[in-house]
Amino acid sequence: MSERTWNNRLIKWVDDRLPVFTILKNELIDYPTPKNLSYWWNFGSLAGVMLVIMTVTGIFLAMHYTPHVDLAFVSVERIMRDVNYGWLLRYIHLNGGSAFFLVVYIHLFRGLYYGSYKSPREVLWWLGLIILILMMATAFMGYVLPWGQMSFWAATVITSLFTAIPFVGETITTWLWGGFTVGNPTLNRFYSLHYLLPFVIFAVVFLHMLALHTSKSNNPLGIDVKGPQDTLPFHPYYTVKDLLGLGVLLAILMGFVFFAPNFFGEPENYIPADPFLTPAHIVPEWYFLPFYAILRAVPDIWFIPAKLAGLMAMAASLLILFALPWLDTSKVRSARFRPIYKQVFWILVVDCIVLGWAGANPPEGIYLIVGRIATAYYFFHFLILMPLLGFMERPHPLPESISEPVVKGAGAVAGGAAAEPMEKAR
Amino acid sequence: MIDWLWTMTDKSQPVDHGKGETRRDFLYVATATFGTLGAAFAAWPLIDVMNPSAEVRALSSTEVDLAPIAEGQRITIKWRGRPVFIDRRTPERIRAAESVDLDALIDPQPDSARTQRPEWLVVVGVCTHLGCIPLGQKATDPWGEYGGWFCPCHGSHYDTSGRIRKGPAPKNLEVPPYEFLDDSTVLIG
Repeated sequence: MSERTWNNRLIKWVDDRLPVFTILKNELIDYPTPKNLSYWWNFGSLAGVMLVIMTVTGIFLAMHYTPHVDLAFVSVERIMRDVNYGWLLRYIHLNGGSAFFLVVYIHLFRGLYYGSYKSPREVLWWLGLIILILMMATAFMGYVLPWGQMSFWAATVITSLFTAIPFVGETITTWLWGGFTVGNPTLNRFYSLHYLLPFVIFAVVFLHMLALHTSKSNNPLGIDVKGPQDTLPFHPYYTVKDLLGLGVLLAILMGFVFFAPNFFGEPENYIPADPFLTPAHIVPEWYFLPFYAILRAVPDIWFIPAKLAGLMAMAASLLILFALPWLDTSKVRSARFRPIYKQVFWILVVDCIVLGWAGANPPEGIYLIVGRIATAYYFFHFLILMPLLGFMERPHPLPESISEPVVKGAGAVAGGAAAEPMEKAR
Repeated sequence: MIDWLWTMTDKSQPVDHGKGETRRDFLYVATATFGTLGAAFAAWPLIDVMNPSAEVRALSSTEVDLAPIAEGQRITIKWRGRPVFIDRRTPERIRAAESVDLDALIDPQPDSARTQRPEWLVVVGVCTHLGCIPLGQKATDPWGEYGGWFCPCHGSHYDTSGRIRKGPAPKNLEVPPYEFLDDSTVLIG
């Protein structure tokens, strides 16, 4: 199909010199996509749209924001009250952060359920994890910019984590701060990096797409595409499916923007930062709560103090996902054919929600105990269960091809004939 | 010129190009080393530019007048952007700080090593756990189970010598460098 030449002479002239039109056609229109993708496959493109929304609103907010400890809070209030549609841009940016993380977490758990991290998609999976880590850094620094009480104290608590590093911790922390506490130099550099990192994310997203279009999409059955009878062109079949999902996402996002814009916010952050007064209860945004719970769950381990052990556990909870393609010893990708993993997966989902609940509460009494158990289970899942299940579980038989369960009696051979009318109808 | 260089190089080389260290290998290693060192030197200004600047470092000492502080009163002053707690300790607080069994401490330190004059305790008011400001500077604050300070973030209790007694903080409250200029003036920093 890519051999087709362009009818429009101008397009042909450009394309012969810079093949953008051919690339777009191959990757966005003709791109062969498994024909059994469910709505769970919407979330990648939704995450892409959220990245664009966050970047666009952010660029316009930056035109009105002042990164200085004396002016930052006031400039944000000015955006809310005086700048034309400033409230709208800020509320979209604020709630868009939550939507972005929600979409990305669903995307990640989709990958976990259907084994999208397994060969040949390991690098695709890594790039996704790198995007997640970059998103976390960007979101954390963005949260500091309004310079409210939660901004300041979140910045203090999180950057103070680095003091736990043996020997060089203090030096590194002072270097990060550009002073002896979180202060104006810190605010300035966070602003600079908060503006930079989304563009780094765009670059990694591009690599993520490159890896995706090399190994192609996984699908709910987790089996390989056998031929053209198993695929549909991306446009119009999946553009329209993704657009419906986008409509739903935007309706939910704008519902929050217009009717509950501060639902995810902390009232404390509408009090200007005071370096001499710590709020009684410091909590991060909801999307960091499970990690915050892990950070605080770990006690002193042998000679490692709790502070360092907590930091290491929190880092490990993310880094462990990089090793997942090898920790999971099962040859079967999709949980649909893995009777035990299918249940264990949902226990992990519940475990992460429990971690979030523990992270939202002070680390004492029942919350601390639950946080510790949930943390232990999180690592148990990835380090013990995943490797063992591959050997102990007996998977259900896999279908012959993607077409087979859809078109009755259509195996690898007959599938071509069965799928053809659809291809022709296009 | 280039030809001449190549000729010279070739003549001076051992005949077996396939194995062993050649002059070309040496040039590769030398170039890579030189390039790496150069990049490291060029990167240093970019790293150091993020360290505290001269005007931030210049604010590193503060003079405090102690005369108006009554016995049992605690005041907070600002040093390097951080709060410093000064406590004019009552005899009971001094006794409580001195009578502790060092083995019972998380970060063992005798009270005498943390004060220059027992009456005056000077500590940085930043929790050594994750940098929150402990409560205890006001009479209405919770002072913790050991009569010193209590950090509301993650529940660390400090005693009347600013030592960690209970909770997640790993170390005692930091004692800043300070000296008594006279009986009623202290220079912090």
